[in-house]
Amino acid sequence: MNYPLDPALFSDDMKLDPTRAGFGRGLKAAGEANEAVVALCADLTESTQMHLFRDAFPKRFIEVGIAEQNLVTVASGMARAGKIPFTSSYAAFSPGRNWEQIRTTVTLNNQPVKIVGSHAGIYTGKDGATHQILEDIALMRVLPRMVVIAPGDAIEAEKATKAIAENGKPSYIRLAREKTPVFSMEESPFEIGKAYVLKEGTDVTLMGTGTMTYQLLLAAKLLAEQGIDAEVVHVPTIKPLDEETILASAKKTGRVITAEEAQIAGGFGSAITELLSEKLPMPVKRFGVQDRFGESGDPKEIFKSIGLTGEQMAEVIKEWCDVTPQYHR
Amino acid sequence: MDKLTVPQIQQKANDIREDIITMLEKAGSGHSAGPLGMADMIAALYFNIMNIRPEEPEWPERDVFFLSNGHTVPVQYAAMAEAGYFPKEELLTLRAFGSRLQGHPEREKLPGLENTSGPLGSGLSQAAGYAYTLQNIDEVKHRFVYVMMGDGELDEGNIWEGAMFAGKYKLGNLIGFVDRNNIQIDGSTEDVMPLEDLKGKWESFGWHVIEIDGHNIESVIDAASQGRAITNRPTLVIAHTIPGKGVDFMEYDFKWHGVPPNSEQAKTALEKLRTLDGKITHEGAGV
Repeated sequence: MNYPLDPALFSDDMKLDPTRAGFGRGLKAAGEANEAVVALCADLTESTQMHLFRDAFPKRFIEVGIAEQNLVTVASGMARAGKIPFTSSYAAFSPGRNWEQIRTTVTLNNQPVKIVGSHAGIYTGKDGATHQILEDIALMRVLPRMVVIAPGDAIEAEKATKAIAENGKPSYIRLAREKTPVFSMEESPFEIGKAYVLKEGTDVTLMGTGTMTYQLLLAAKLLAEQGIDAEVVHVPTIKPLDEETILASAKKTGRVITAEEAQIAGGFGSAITELLSEKLPMPVKRFGVQDRFGESGDPKEIFKSIGLTGEQMAEVIKEWCDVTPQYHR
Repeated sequence: MDKLTVPQIQQKANDIREDIITMLEKAGSGHSAGPLGMADMIAALYFNIMNIRPEEPEWPERDVFFLSNGHTVPVQYAAMAEAGYFPKEELLTLRAFGSRLQGHPEREKLPGLENTSGPLGSGLSQAAGYAYTLQNIDEVKHRFVYVMMGDGELDEGNIWEGAMFAGKYKLGNLIGFVDRNNIQIDGSTEDVMPLEDLKGKWESFGWHVIEIDGHNIESVIDAASQGRAITNRPTLVIAHTIPGKGVDFMEYDFKWHGVPPNSEQAKTALEKLRTLDGKITHEGAGV
């Protein structure tokens, strides 16, 4: 195993940083590395952390106003003219509102436009259900050619941003508003399309995407205290899936848990079960939002009400493991 | 590519109309009225206005053309074939399985297309993104961006977002055409969702607006020249056209928006077009 975790993880000194901040730093770095990188925003420049790029490269920053359909279609035209456009807004609006424009002018048109969905998921908290988009993974995952990434923490968001600037493909990156625990380190690996084993185990595989991986690391720690040796696999790239790493871990433990702070239908857990049911059928339990909308409140309260904290999941996983045999061929 | 004279372009427009009828009849589906009505403008663009090299579609110095109302693409395919982008025989593969000539244009399938379109309302913004890049980032002054829109698609909000954007950034290298033929699928544009005062609307968005007879080749060329000369704002050409122009039984009839001619109708249409021999007049075009 070669994935260094931050030594301060679970301690009082654990670092907290929003993934959107990592994006902001990554975009500025991508702009320094490649003059073709341009950035477009729909009236949320500081919220989406694009101001770092705007201040460094004012000529390559374009304010389009509150017009998400225009945001991605202008970007599509800029890509035709040789640029690498990053577009940002709240994920509820882009890709929430402009899905057809993304489908036709970005993916079918095959232009390397980057859709940056900030304030995705439950971490949007007090703004309520309208702004807590939970459907974005499903919306982006069904599009041919679209790369879909949900970074686990701010460090990884920075790496993912730099990586999609150079991948030449339509790409979606999912970001959260709130500060979340930083579990990875500068030297931890990140590559588009790769999943990483963060903790080895033999009894069950916990697969997480985005910031839920932290909750699974916490669950694994609690499960260990109850005699369950869980393996934790971090899957930042939801599309394309790292089938090799996922299947290898599933084969080893014979039981799989998935977790995402998004709708259970069509999301990350669906992607994993689609893979497993075709190539290695076995018991799977998915954590996510069960066909309901979010609501206003502190993100921690909402997480708890949906049962997505590490503590809650550990309890449910323990019960599930007690009645679910490991599947081995 | 050498620029053709007005009479030569009129002849090309007639050839393009014949191609459209032949293609649509063979395909057995597709839109008749819009492409026929746009033939004069598209011929003027490909054979005079635009600086292009059909043998080198990605020529870095080219002017670019975005088709926003993708359902009218048969007229663009016909013009491209006439200009030499691909063999004319290929026109007969329109809408067939495996063809590069998709029912609605798909950029990657056919060199020379700048965008994929069909769902309405998105072409103006794509053209504006290209124009913004040339004017405000790369500072290229000698290339121009043309975009064709239908009038029905101006119902789409995306169009007005794009219009506001182009106005804000004073995209002087952007020249839009609206094929003002007054029809859409459910009937007259003014019944379905009134567009007037169309000129006033675009002017209030910061555009220079010219109204022309879209069947008068000289007017089309002049309007484009004017658009290129006005460098401090985008130009919109409201081109009044007759839907189905050139085939009398299709003219003005919105029922021909989305259907092809059958073989009998195609035969009649071609006979009429050949009799005209390029001498399509532009009376009654609304201006």
